[in-house]
Amino acid sequence: MKVMVMIKGSGADEGKATPTQEMFEAMTAYNERLAKAGILLDGAGLRPSSAGAKVILEGGTTSVVDGPFTEAKEIIAGYWIWQVNSFEEALEWAKQCPVDTSLGARQVLEIRPYAEAEDFGEAYTPEIQEREERITAEVEARHGDGN
Amino acid sequence: MDARRTVETVWRMHSARLVASLTKLVRDLALAEEIAQEAFVNALEQWPEKGIPDDPAAWLMTVARRRAIDLIRRERSRDQKYAQLATRLTTPRDTDDDLLSLIFVACHPVLSQQSRAALTLRLIGGLTTDEIARAFLVPSATVGQRISRAKRTIAEAEVPFAVPDADELPARLAAVLEVIYLIFNEGYAATSGDEWIRRDLAEQAMRFGRMLAGLMPREPEVHGLVALMALQASRFPARTGPDGRPVLLPDQDRSRWDRTLIAHGLAALARARSLRKPLGPYTVQAAIAACHARAVRFEDTDWEAIVALYDALSQLAPSPVVELNRAVAVLHLDGPRAALAVVDALRDDPRMAGYHLLGAVRGDLLVRLGEYAEAAEELERAAGLAPTRHERTMLLERAASAAAAA
Repeated sequence: MKVMVMIKGSGADEGKATPTQEMFEAMTAYNERLAKAGILLDGAGLRPSSAGAKVILEGGTTSVVDGPFTEAKEIIAGYWIWQVNSFEEALEWAKQCPVDTSLGARQVLEIRPYAEAEDFGEAYTPEIQEREERITAEVEARHGDGN
Repeated sequence: MDARRTVETVWRMHSARLVASLTKLVRDLALAEEIAQEAFVNALEQWPEKGIPDDPAAWLMTVARRRAIDLIRRERSRDQKYAQLATRLTTPRDTDDDLLSLIFVACHPVLSQQSRAALTLRLIGGLTTDEIARAFLVPSATVGQRISRAKRTIAEAEVPFAVPDADELPARLAAVLEVIYLIFNEGYAATSGDEWIRRDLAEQAMRFGRMLAGLMPREPEVHGLVALMALQASRFPARTGPDGRPVLLPDQDRSRWDRTLIAHGLAALARARSLRKPLGPYTVQAAIAACHARAVRFEDTDWEAIVALYDALSQLAPSPVVELNRAVAVLHLDGPRAALAVVDALRDDPRMAGYHLLGAVRGDLLVRLGEYAEAAEELERAAGLAPTRHERTMLLERAASAAAAA
C-alpha cells in the first residue's frame, strides 16, 4: 500500500530557527534508511509558507491568501510517499523520524493511505477472505495429501 | 492497536538486517535464523507489557547477539572466537554489507529458482512460511521443506557469506535480479489459478528492487529493474475490468494508471541511464515500458522507438518471448503482414510449443488480415493452453467471433 507522510511544524514557529548541520545529517541518514528498506517512492521538502499562498474557493467566488500562515497550527514542511506492507509499518517508520528542531517545539507526521481500488494490504474484507479460502481449497485439490 | 501485530510489523521491518548480522556472527544461516526467531519471541513477551523500545532494531539486535554469544560460549568456552565476538557485540557497525551478503546467499546459483525465491521472501522479506505458501499456491509443508533444504544446501556447499568480488559480481547480480523479477511476475501475471493480479507479491518484489538500488546505487541494471517493475505495476489499476476480467493495453483507461509509480519508474530509468554504462536488458525493457507510460493515448505510442528498443533487446537477451513482443510492436509500426512474418519465424521454436500467447498474437494478426477460419483455429488452440480462466474465456470469445466472421 502507498501512504503519503506529511511532516508538519507549527505556523508560529516557522522560520524561527534554521536547520543545523547535525539535523541535516540525521535527516539524510533517515532518508537513506527508508531507501535501503525499499519503501521510499518519493519525497521532497517544501519552502516556508511565506513563499506559498492559498486559493480559496467558496460560494462561487475565489480568493487568494498569501503566506506566511502564522495562525496555522500545522504547516506542511515536506512529504514522503512510501510503499509499505501495512499501515502499522508506516507508523513504525514514522516513529523513527529524527526531530527537526527548525520546525518548532512540536512536530507532527501525518500519515494518509492512498485511495486505491483494491486495498489488499490492510482490511481483511469478505472478498479477500473468500479469495484466500478459494486458494486454500485449490491448493488442497491440487496436492491432495497436503504435500 | 493490537500489540502482537505491532511486534510482527516491527520484526518484519528489521528481520533481514538482524538475520544478516547474526549470520555474519555465527557463520550459520539456520542457526542465525533460529536466534533471530528467539529474539522475536522475546519481543512478543516483553513489548506488549513494557512498550516498544525507542529503537526496536537495536533492541532486537542486542538481545539476539547476546543469545548468539551465549550459545557459542557454551559450546567452546575457551575459544579465541569468543573474544572476537565480544568486540563485535560492542562495536556498532554498518550492516549494509551483511544485508547484501544475505541477499547474494539467498539467490545463490547452487539453489533452484523456486528455492531462491522462497528463501529471499523468507530471509529478506521477513515473510512467514504460510505467507510464502499462499503466494505461490503450494502447501505450507512444501515451502517449509524447500526452505530447510535450501539452507542445508548452502551449508553443504560452503557458500561464503560475502558480497561477490568484482569478477564474479556481474553473474551473481544477474541471478539476484532474476529472482526479484521472478517474484514480481509471480504477482504481476499469475501463472496459475484464477488470480490475475497478486499485487502484494509484486509489491514485495518492487521493494526488494529498491532495497538493492539503495545498497548498490552504482549498478545501472538494478535501477533498470526498479524502473521496469514500477512502470509495469503502474498499470495494475487499469488491467482489470469491473467484472474482474483482464483489460489489454490498447483498451486500458490510462487515467487509472498510477502516476506516482510512473514518476518513480521514470526517475529510476533516468538514474540507470545516467550511470553511463552500456544498457542492460532490464533497462531496455524499462525504456520500452516508459514509451507506453508516456503515451497519453494508445494512438500516441512511439512504436518506432519501441521497435528499435526491441531490436536492441533481441541482441542483448535473445528469446522467443522477446521476438513475440517485437512482433506486436512491428504490427503497430508496419502492419499485420510484417508482424506475421516475425511470428511465423517462431512457430517451430520448441520453447514456444506450450505458450498460449504465441497463438493469441498469431490469431489476432490473422483476424486483421481477414484470414478468419485460420484465426479461429489458432485462437482456440491458444485457449486450450491458457493458464488462467479469464484468459481462456477471453481467447474462446475471440475464437468464436473469428469463426462467425469466416
